[in-house]
Amino acid sequence: MSSALTRLVTCGSVDDGKSTLIGRLLVETDSVPHDTVDSARKVRRTGSTIPAGEIDFSLLTDGLEAEREQGITIDVAYRSMNLRNGNRLIIADAPGHEQYTRNMVVAASRANIALVLVDATRGIRTQTLRHTAICSLAGVDRVVIVINKLDAVDYREDVYQDLVKTLQEKVAHLTLKELIATPVSALAGDNVSFGSKNLPWYKGPTLLEAIENWEPVANNNSEQHFRVQSIARAENFRGVSGTLESGTLRVGEELKVLPSKLSVKVSEIIKYQERKNEIHAGETAILIFEREVDVSRGDVLVSSETQDDCTDRFISNLVWLDEEPLVLSRSYLLQTGSTMVPAIVTAIKGKQKIVEGGTEVAKSLHMNEIGEVEIATDRPVALRNYLLSRNTGNFILIDRKSMQSSGAGMFLHTLRRSSNITRHNYEITSAERALLKNQKAKVIWFTGLSGSGKSTIANQVEKELFAQGKHCYILDGDNVRLGINKDLGFTPEDRAENVRRVAEIARLFVDAGLIVIVALVSPFEVDRQAARALFEPDQFRQVWVNTSEEVCAERDPKGLYRKAKSGELPNLTGVGQEYEPPINPELVIDGDRDLALNVAEVMRLLS
Amino acid sequence: MRPTAAVLKALEEESIEILRETAASFSNPVMLYSIGKDSSVLLHLAKKAFYPADIPFTLMHIDTTWKFKEMITFRDEIVEKYGVKLIIHTNLQGAREGVTPFSTSISEYTRIMKTVALREALDKYQFDAAIGGSRRDEEKSRAKERIFSVRESGHRWEPRAQRPELWRTYNTRLAPGQTMRVFPISDWTEIDVWEYIYQNNIAINPLYFAKERPIVMRGSQIIMVDDERYPLQPNEVPVNRKIRFRTLGCYPLTAGVTSDADTLESILEEISEVKLSERATRLIDGDKEDSMEKKKTEGYF
Repeated sequence: MSSALTRLVTCGSVDDGKSTLIGRLLVETDSVPHDTVDSARKVRRTGSTIPAGEIDFSLLTDGLEAEREQGITIDVAYRSMNLRNGNRLIIADAPGHEQYTRNMVVAASRANIALVLVDATRGIRTQTLRHTAICSLAGVDRVVIVINKLDAVDYREDVYQDLVKTLQEKVAHLTLKELIATPVSALAGDNVSFGSKNLPWYKGPTLLEAIENWEPVANNNSEQHFRVQSIARAENFRGVSGTLESGTLRVGEELKVLPSKLSVKVSEIIKYQERKNEIHAGETAILIFEREVDVSRGDVLVSSETQDDCTDRFISNLVWLDEEPLVLSRSYLLQTGSTMVPAIVTAIKGKQKIVEGGTEVAKSLHMNEIGEVEIATDRPVALRNYLLSRNTGNFILIDRKSMQSSGAGMFLHTLRRSSNITRHNYEITSAERALLKNQKAKVIWFTGLSGSGKSTIANQVEKELFAQGKHCYILDGDNVRLGINKDLGFTPEDRAENVRRVAEIARLFVDAGLIVIVALVSPFEVDRQAARALFEPDQFRQVWVNTSEEVCAERDPKGLYRKAKSGELPNLTGVGQEYEPPINPELVIDGDRDLALNVAEVMRLLS
Repeated sequence: MRPTAAVLKALEEESIEILRETAASFSNPVMLYSIGKDSSVLLHLAKKAFYPADIPFTLMHIDTTWKFKEMITFRDEIVEKYGVKLIIHTNLQGAREGVTPFSTSISEYTRIMKTVALREALDKYQFDAAIGGSRRDEEKSRAKERIFSVRESGHRWEPRAQRPELWRTYNTRLAPGQTMRVFPISDWTEIDVWEYIYQNNIAINPLYFAKERPIVMRGSQIIMVDDERYPLQPNEVPVNRKIRFRTLGCYPLTAGVTSDADTLESILEEISEVKLSERATRLIDGDKEDSMEKKKTEGYF
């Protein structure tokens, strides 16, 4: 990987003089249009003490209207700056406040270098430690502690040295790849791009030099990792296009396709109208194989000698980005590169105490919180240790309903629980088992409020199917909770797990060739979607028994609504917890209607 | 400072990856074609990203009916040359009601003939993603824009609640009602675009090159009188002056600059010396301090 594009994140708040520092760097490297600089000479903020005609550097980096109103940075702003060695610096200017930690993680995720600002007059603050910790977590290569406002402490060496020493002690528990410090005055212009007479005791590089002399660690032996983005097809042409994340790839090499483990031999590497003999990390290309192999978007090509291939149970750091907290056992979409698989967080090992170090017990993660978690995926994915390889060790978790990027994950290590287990394929198939019973195996999934009539309708449907000689089984919400799910309660996490287990059992029964009737409140759309995703499209039929809450409460066959009303039952769906209407049910029926009519409609759906 | 070959190559690789990700993720993506130099680069990148296959995007031009004549000629030549499908959309109701750059305020004109027109077209053709050539160095609200930038229903941009974008792990999923805007050249700067055009011999509009053109002065702005619709003052006669344009748009709202740069080399030289922000020549952006942010929240590109 070249350092032609170096990425830098700046951490600190407006009070630390961050805008002034970036503004000065931009102006001193001639990276700002001259009319913009002129306007920063004329325009003044209310209360500004900068003399007329001087540049107010902080005006060069202000962004959104809301930010100017509140005097804080809310979201990351990106700016380009020229370095004197011809390289390009892309600055991600990150917000400093705690409630914008997630935006700071966004900015740090790609950064090679971080500038952490410290106001010399105020000392090391909690915020400084949080920023440094996030840079460590995000795997930033070089963290530069910029001790600013040296002019306000008479350029005293002891003040600077004390601050550096204090900071080094407080961040000793972090795994920082490189930590350096430098004294500056952004306002007075000391030691930013030019050395300063005011700091005769300082012998190190200027801030700009500390940025310019960063170089990526050359690693020629790093493992090959080619992400398949898409299949390129044209007349008499078929190749796979994608990006080489690490290593070097040459024509003639044998590669292994993950997760299928098929092997391929690269016969051509194509970049636009040219043929190449090799490509390096960071390059895109189209690969052509010696013979046609089943490769598709989301697959990863690695060296044929790679040992640890894929994982479906692993430990990872997870930064929560979403206002909706993490729900354990809920199915999210895990994306790494172009690979997308359903995944659940099975456990939170601990929530990081980001400033003090160490962890604490947590049942969930809220926005801006960071935890060490256990994750299980539906299919194996190729992930590498994040701190060793950022590009191949990162992933995001996507909420299946809002499609928000809810979590940012940094892969730590695999759990060798199920990764050594390979599915054994038996010779008799599901379809053959079903054929023997003269039927098609499928699931009919009733969802709706408690008391809506799910079980009553399910019972009647089973009787009709039974009369036709079909082999069925009902998975009833209450019944499974008496047995296999008796460890589960009614929190959103437990409900997600309840739905997951019922869906997995239904999958086994479908494999056995049965018609499975599920009668389960299943109130959350994401959980229902995850259940649906386990089956072939024609195997899954969802029926929403849409009986009004008033009718359900009036019927109250189990006395639950009465209990909820008296406060004994906090999590009853429709009362203490929301019921999310299904987005795409195959059938909606009103449980208040005549039973025979409803059963007839369900039977029509099944035929 | 002109970008090095290594910088351009790194930028190009990232843009190609983004274009391929867009094609693979969306069912009906469109590429906004504004006829400007950034669009020219985008189109060239798309060709490179998918070669030997065809460019998998439909192109769309929002025509306000006030573009320079040379823009339209050039547009039709390029479409022919690249063999792509082009949709041209105009806000017909606005045109019928006589909305022109002179009949109302500039911001209202822009809203009706550009922003509303774009929203209409995106709805009409049900595009789920729209690729644009905006760059982060152009303007401060654009500096905050994601590469894959979600638009809520009604094409609204919510600058305070943007979807986090980490690493190069682009979340291209959409919830019902959402659409995506994609900016593959976000990290490029103006000089990168020019250098890339120069290195790759990319065709750009003749209006970028200095030439004698009929102009009038409006304040300090040099306006080219491109047709008889431009309202002249009594006894005013356009004079010929050697000018060129740094950005292209509606001719009454796009000021030219005095220049002798009539080759790519001389343009590159000029750009690396003059150091005037590019959009200073666009009258529509100077309307109010944060006008770009406001326009963007309404759905403008």
